[in-house]
Amino acid sequence: MGLAKRIIPCLDCENGRVVKGVQFVDIRDAGDPVEVAKRYCDAGADEITFLDITASHEGRETTVHTVEAIASQVFIPLTVGGGIRTLEDIRAMLNAGADKVGINTAAVSNPDFVRAAAERFGSQCIVVAIDAKRVSGPDEEPRWEIFTHGGRNPTGLDAIDWARKMVEFGAGEILLTSMDKDGTKSGFDLALNRAVSRAVQVPIIASGGVGSLEHLADGILEGEADAVLAASIFHFQEYTIGEAKDFMAQRGIEVRKI
Amino acid sequence: MNKIAVIDYGMGNLHSVAKALEHVGAQLGQQTEIVVTPDPQLIAAADRVIFPGVGAIRDCMAEINRLDVGRIVRQAIETKPVFAICVGMQALMSRSEENGGVDCLGIIDGQVRYFGDALKDDTGQRLKVPHMGWNEVEQCTAHPLWKGVPDRSRFYFVHSYYVPHDEDSIERGVTGIAHYGKEIAAVISRPNLFATQFHPEKSQEAGLTLLRNFLQWDGKG
Repeated sequence: MGLAKRIIPCLDCENGRVVKGVQFVDIRDAGDPVEVAKRYCDAGADEITFLDITASHEGRETTVHTVEAIASQVFIPLTVGGGIRTLEDIRAMLNAGADKVGINTAAVSNPDFVRAAAERFGSQCIVVAIDAKRVSGPDEEPRWEIFTHGGRNPTGLDAIDWARKMVEFGAGEILLTSMDKDGTKSGFDLALNRAVSRAVQVPIIASGGVGSLEHLADGILEGEADAVLAASIFHFQEYTIGEAKDFMAQRGIEVRKI
Repeated sequence: MNKIAVIDYGMGNLHSVAKALEHVGAQLGQQTEIVVTPDPQLIAAADRVIFPGVGAIRDCMAEINRLDVGRIVRQAIETKPVFAICVGMQALMSRSEENGGVDCLGIIDGQVRYFGDALKDDTGQRLKVPHMGWNEVEQCTAHPLWKGVPDRSRFYFVHSYYVPHDEDSIERGVTGIAHYGKEIAAVISRPNLFATQFHPEKSQEAGLTLLRNFLQWDGKG
């Protein structure tokens, strides 16, 4: 027996509230990120990712307080992403109790930021989030490009090269989202995942497209991911974390049971 | 009043461990005061000490040496229970291979080694480095801090360098072992010292139980 593959529920939050509706019937306040995070932690989530989509500066103060509140009650790793642009942003989140930060757009506009962040805070807390979209035609060798702003802005950067570069700059982990698959519930882009996972030495978190437990298992077995991230299948109580782990274990994947 | 000093030598995030200690102190119904500090006097006045560490060993050792943390830790181990975490544990060893080779505190004999770029498991499957996530810890020696922690419980690890577990390492105090391409020392203990490669503060119930036991530990093996 060895290292377990991880299941990571993702909470999208705006101004300190969970958005993209968590629908727990038996929870007092499904908009309260603390209560939701605690629920997932108790259910056996291996980590929690908190994605802040707050736009305003004032709102980000709220986020810091929310992270503090989660971190004082949830004793598993907590990653905070969204709007991380400066070393000061990272320090604020780590001081609030986050264990890792996710860097996305800021890495694309200034790759040296990743290097500076890893040097200052250590690679173990730097997760580079990559949003990739397939740009090759159906008969071509598959090729993916990095997109920013929710998949709207192409960057011309090749996803595999970019992942390699980010690891060289000090990323300790890659959160890989397929913009083609995100929201489709049709499963991860397994070819993309496999290609990135094989290209780098650090763990890959597969994201985007989960609609069933098979998709989670496929992400590990065929996508060669080290962890799988999902939001809606857990938020809407289609499946519990426990069911996901049981299913993965049946497929021969090592998971942490609680 | 149980006073816990978390040694702050400027390396990384000490809030997680402080929050976890507050949480388990409250569970025990204990008056617990947590102070995160580099001040030798405050650390000397504490009942128990946490020696954390994250990041690269060269930077950690530079700050440890600059602030004379080695002397503080040695004195603490002579007089009261100390819990070292992750790079804190590695800093106690003689030397690390990281950053081209760095001398560490030498409180525990032994080397810290790199996992290597071609790490594989028993079946030949490639293993990623860092070793990141939840791995099982085999309790190879009885210890008061294992109380209430089932053998082979999973703990959260994140590291690229490790202390090897070998034939004579039980004598050197290895108390818990994990497997990741190699056999690694997950826990090393001595009188007044419990050092873990994993992060108890991030290891949910198993980790919190260790910390709860630490708050009540008299330092004896």
